[in-house]
Amino acid sequence: MERTTIDLWVGVFVALGVAALLGLAMKVGNLTTSSVGETYTVNAAFENIGGLKPRAPVKSAGVVVGRVERIRFDTETYEAIVSLNIDKRFSFPTDTFANIYTAGLLGEQYIGLEAGGEIEALAHGDKIAHTQDAVVLEKMISQFLYNKASEPAAPAAAAPAPAESTKTGDDALTTNPLDDILN
Amino acid sequence: MIRLLQNIGSNTIDQIWRLGAGARLFGLTLISSAESIRRPRLVTKEVYATGVLSLVIISVSAFFVGMVLALQGYHTLQKYGSSEAIGVLVALALVRELGPVVTALLFAGRAGTAITAEIGLMKATEQLSAMEMMAVSPISRVVAPRFWAGVIALPLLAALFSMIGILGGYLVAVPLIGVDEGAFWSQMQANVDWQFDIVNGVIKSVVFGVACTMIALFEGYDAPPTAEGVSRATTRTVVTSSLAVLALDFALTSFMII
Repeated sequence: MERTTIDLWVGVFVALGVAALLGLAMKVGNLTTSSVGETYTVNAAFENIGGLKPRAPVKSAGVVVGRVERIRFDTETYEAIVSLNIDKRFSFPTDTFANIYTAGLLGEQYIGLEAGGEIEALAHGDKIAHTQDAVVLEKMISQFLYNKASEPAAPAAAAPAPAESTKTGDDALTTNPLDDILN
Repeated sequence: MIRLLQNIGSNTIDQIWRLGAGARLFGLTLISSAESIRRPRLVTKEVYATGVLSLVIISVSAFFVGMVLALQGYHTLQKYGSSEAIGVLVALALVRELGPVVTALLFAGRAGTAITAEIGLMKATEQLSAMEMMAVSPISRVVAPRFWAGVIALPLLAALFSMIGILGGYLVAVPLIGVDEGAFWSQMQANVDWQFDIVNGVIKSVVFGVACTMIALFEGYDAPPTAEGVSRATTRTVVTSSLAVLALDFALTSFMII
C-alpha cells in the first residue's frame, strides 16, 4: 500500500483529535481520580440528608476520600440510606462518624467522615452507626426561637436530650466515644 | 389569491418530498458503506478534505471564543466574588454547548458547502451518470466515503475546539487577569464530569456530524444540474444545516439534562 502525504496529515489530525479528547478527560474532567482506583462501599442512615446528591464528595479532614454512590429511601425506618464509595487506600474504624456538611454558606453538601478510636476497620457493606443529619436552616431557626422563648422560665431544663439530631458535631464527638467506653 | 395557495401547497409538498428523498439517501448510504470499509483510502482522502483543512478555522475561532468567554465570565463573576469559578464556566460552556455547536456551524460553512458544490458539479458535468454507466455505484463510491469522513471528523474537531478554547480561556484568565492558576484548574476538575459533560458533548457532535454531512450530501445530490442550481443548493446547505444543528441541540440537551 503506497503512502501519501494526505495519509500523514489525516494521521496527524486524528492523533490531535484523540489527544484533545484525552486532554479533556484527564485535565478537565478529572477522570483519573473519580473512577480509576478500587473502592469499597459502606452505608449510612440519615434522618434528613438535606440537599445531598449522588456523586457528592466524601471528605475526611477536608480530603476527598470517596463519593456518594446512591441514595435510597428505607420504607421501614423512614430514613435515607446513603451508599458511600470509599477509596480502598483509606480505611476507617468502625465507630467512624458520618456528618453532612455544607461547603460554604450556600454551597453543595458533602459527607464528612470523622474517624473514631476502634481498632477494627470498616469493611465492604458495613453500616456506619453514628451519623449526623444535614442542617436544615428553618429547623435551626425555629429551634433557636423556641430556646429563646423558654430560656428565662427554666434554664436547668434546657439541657439537650442525648440523641437529639440538632446538636453540633463537636458535642456529638465528645459524648459518643465516652458512651462507648462506659458501655 | 389562488396562486398564493398553490405556491404554499407546492412548496409544502416539495419540502416533504425532499425530506423523504433525504431519508432514502441516508438509508442507501448506510447500506452501501461496505466499500468505504473495504477501501479506507477513499475515506482518508475525504477526512483530509473535511477535517484537516478545517483545522485552521476551528482552532483560531476556538481560541477567540475561549478568550471572550473568560473575559465576559470574569466581568460578571467578580461582582459576586467568585472569579475562581471562571475555569468551570469556560470549560462547561465549551464542553457542553459551544464546542459541538459552533464546530458544527463552522463545519457546515467550511466543509458542508464544499461537499455540496463538489457533488453538485459532479452531477452537472454528468460524472455521476458516467459512473453509473460503468456499473460503479456513485453512492458507495462518492457519497458514503464523504459521509463517514464527516462523521469521523466532526467529533474530533469538536474535541479540539473545546481543548483549544479552554487554553484560550486559561491564557486570558491566568496570565492576563490574574486568577489563581490552581483554583482555575482544580475548580474545573471538581465540577466537570466525564460522563455527563464530556461524553454527552461527544454524543452531540456525532449527531451533528451525521446531520451536517447528510444535509450537504443530499443538497449536492439533489441540486439541479445548472450553475444556478448548484449555487442555490450550496446556500441551502448552510441554512438547513445551521437550523438542524440548533434544533437538534435543543432536543439533545433536553434529553441529557433530565
